[in-house]
Amino acid sequence: MDFDFSEEQLLLKDSVERLIADRYGDFERRKRYQQKPGGWSVAMWQDFAGMGLTGLPFEESVGGVGAGPVETMIVMEAIGRALCLEPYLASVVLAGSALRAAASPAQKEALMPPLIRGELVLSLAFGERQSRYDLFDVATTARRNGTGYVLDGQKSVVLHGDSADRLIVSARTSGARRDASGITLFLIDADSSGLDIHAYEAQDGGRVAELTLTGVAVPDGDVLGAPDQGLLILAMTIDHGIAALAAEAVGAMDGLHALTVDYLKTRKQFGVAIGTFQNLQHRTVDMLIALEQARSMAMFAAMMLDAPAEERSKAMSAAKVQINRSARFIGQQAVQLHGGIGMTMEYKAGHYFKRLTAIEHLFGDTDYHLARLAAGSGLLEEPDAALL
Amino acid sequence: MDLRFTHEENVFRADVRHFMCTEIPILIRRKVAEGQELERDELVLCQRILNDKGWAVPRWPLEWGGQNWTPIQHYIFIEELQQNAVPQPLQFNCDMVGPVIARFGSQAQKRHFLPRAANLDDWWCQGFSEPGAGSDLASLRTRAVREGDHYLVSGQKTWTTLAQYADWMFCLVRTDPAAKKQQGISFLLIDMKSPGVVVRPIITIDGRHEVNEVFFDDVKVPIANLVGEENKGWDYAKFLLGHERAGIARVGITKQRLARVKQIAKETPAGDGTVWDNPAFRARVTMAEIELKALEITQMRIVSQMQQGASAENNAGPSMLKIKGSELQQTVTELLMEAAGPHALVSMDLHGEEHSNDPLAELEWASLATQNYFNYRKVTIFGGSNEIQRNIIAKTALGL
Repeated sequence: MDFDFSEEQLLLKDSVERLIADRYGDFERRKRYQQKPGGWSVAMWQDFAGMGLTGLPFEESVGGVGAGPVETMIVMEAIGRALCLEPYLASVVLAGSALRAAASPAQKEALMPPLIRGELVLSLAFGERQSRYDLFDVATTARRNGTGYVLDGQKSVVLHGDSADRLIVSARTSGARRDASGITLFLIDADSSGLDIHAYEAQDGGRVAELTLTGVAVPDGDVLGAPDQGLLILAMTIDHGIAALAAEAVGAMDGLHALTVDYLKTRKQFGVAIGTFQNLQHRTVDMLIALEQARSMAMFAAMMLDAPAEERSKAMSAAKVQINRSARFIGQQAVQLHGGIGMTMEYKAGHYFKRLTAIEHLFGDTDYHLARLAAGSGLLEEPDAALL
Repeated sequence: MDLRFTHEENVFRADVRHFMCTEIPILIRRKVAEGQELERDELVLCQRILNDKGWAVPRWPLEWGGQNWTPIQHYIFIEELQQNAVPQPLQFNCDMVGPVIARFGSQAQKRHFLPRAANLDDWWCQGFSEPGAGSDLASLRTRAVREGDHYLVSGQKTWTTLAQYADWMFCLVRTDPAAKKQQGISFLLIDMKSPGVVVRPIITIDGRHEVNEVFFDDVKVPIANLVGEENKGWDYAKFLLGHERAGIARVGITKQRLARVKQIAKETPAGDGTVWDNPAFRARVTMAEIELKALEITQMRIVSQMQQGASAENNAGPSMLKIKGSELQQTVTELLMEAAGPHALVSMDLHGEEHSNDPLAELEWASLATQNYFNYRKVTIFGGSNEIQRNIIAKTALGL
């Protein structure tokens, strides 16, 4: 049992943090990146690629680094602290996990090297208007047609859907809308005929898109993984997304908590720093405890990604519940403790709060994961039967 | 970074578990699991079984019976002890007065008191709190005046846990009334059988006799029973309070009690099914499980740091574990009481004779559940209230 980073991991942490501090140190810069096409910085993305970050989870044979979940956690925490806008979660974590699990040798060869070089951006389109958080709830259809498929339907809240060169889309090849089997993943080009991408800035300032697919033709070579068996890949992919998002949330909560403590030390009212008031001190301590509990669960999530599917998904549900609750508490309290300045678009605290709120609603909210965990046997191992 | 324990650590865990499950009487473990109070003799018996194995005081210096364990082994030991509902060796002896005597006591004090404390031949109680000195401990007023080869102690202590069983008290007294608050305090060892010591029970809201008031009226205490130097008692008390408290988060106990909540909820009828079928109840149990898992990992992170040589003192870790751990202990008492439904009102005299013919016998668990709910309000108050812990964290970790 060991919670320390290795030498290499410490080195990675240090270089990522330095890079991001360089590019994102001044909060005004983030606002400028937001105004760029796609809502993020291509130069930053090139730096990510130059440092090997976009290749982090991929095997060395395709040009990747071959690193594991802990390295992803380190990068995502730094991303969270700086509120980075780049499509790391969408492209490297989500699409990357799906590719690693399901891509054929030819698909790996075609997609991974440019993705690793930072030249190709991918995204994962799994949600629909009616599906909420159920990955198996897929109404989009894929009809067999000669040597390929034709896709019809819509996809909702696709992260960086307007930046992606290609999208991984879940569609139903058999069964009814809420059947677990019959889901297939497809790789489609962003400029496919019949694909409409309606992009917008989300509540947190990141970019998302609504997709409409009308007779989009996909050749057999762009089917990702075994037909009808897509749910397993999707579930594993989203679990990787949850672990990464948990680390991003920890970074954001850590940044927001530090900002709040600093503010308490400098802001004066009634002739003293407001951090001398016990009520506010105790609130920041409760925020710190919420942060540390969340950090523990983010580490737990990263270390459980390789566990068998059932244990893995229980761990992710538990982690997401803790992350969500800590995020809401810390976000709300940070705005409250800042007072008026916390309410403004001008200041960073509110943007942390907005990102944390968005994170709560990605890949399952508190009620969803709590219910999922409660329906099963729970987290604890069985105690000594003689005592019961 | 790795969640797994080494092979040696797993073997150690298996050994500890085997010992706990085979050597500690199952009837006593069941009483602990059910939240019943133990008799004095039962606590003494369990501590002696552990002491015979060399496990009553593993944290003490080796020469006084400690074990050369790593922080991870200490962690595993406490976790197994708690999870298997084994009563923890008396903390007043093992985690409080023992370490203070071992560090600051005279050679004669060490030789006399330490083996007896480890074997629970002497039962110690803690004389810190006073009617006017709770969280503000340094404002204590019990005074000791030196006369020849002894002190004369007068004053009052309160909230003295299990003083009715105690042979000895370690006590903070004021020896220099002119000195500033923290100075002028000394650490005395007082024989509870001394003339002038009176113990009066305080009955708490759960109806139990767990704490007491202790009065001192010119009690003669030999100079030989002063620990360390006169007027340095505050330093020793700080050492005692800052000393890493074994298993302060009580994760193992809460795990065991949560499992019991689930078991009882699955057996207790409600509507067409059982209490466990109520999704609202189930969600709250699950929430507690999640928070407990997070606390367990937080504790493991702190142990892992200590394994790497970090000091347990002067950081926020123990205070965080105390706050979150005590809140979760309370949550679990609430859940068990709520599983009882209207039977939460049932109240049985649990100290009376055998109640096998009692029509309420099958509801004993419900009666205990409510009693323990009331009793466990103490855990966020004692050991430095959770508000004091927050003050500590604000100062040490946040610099506020």
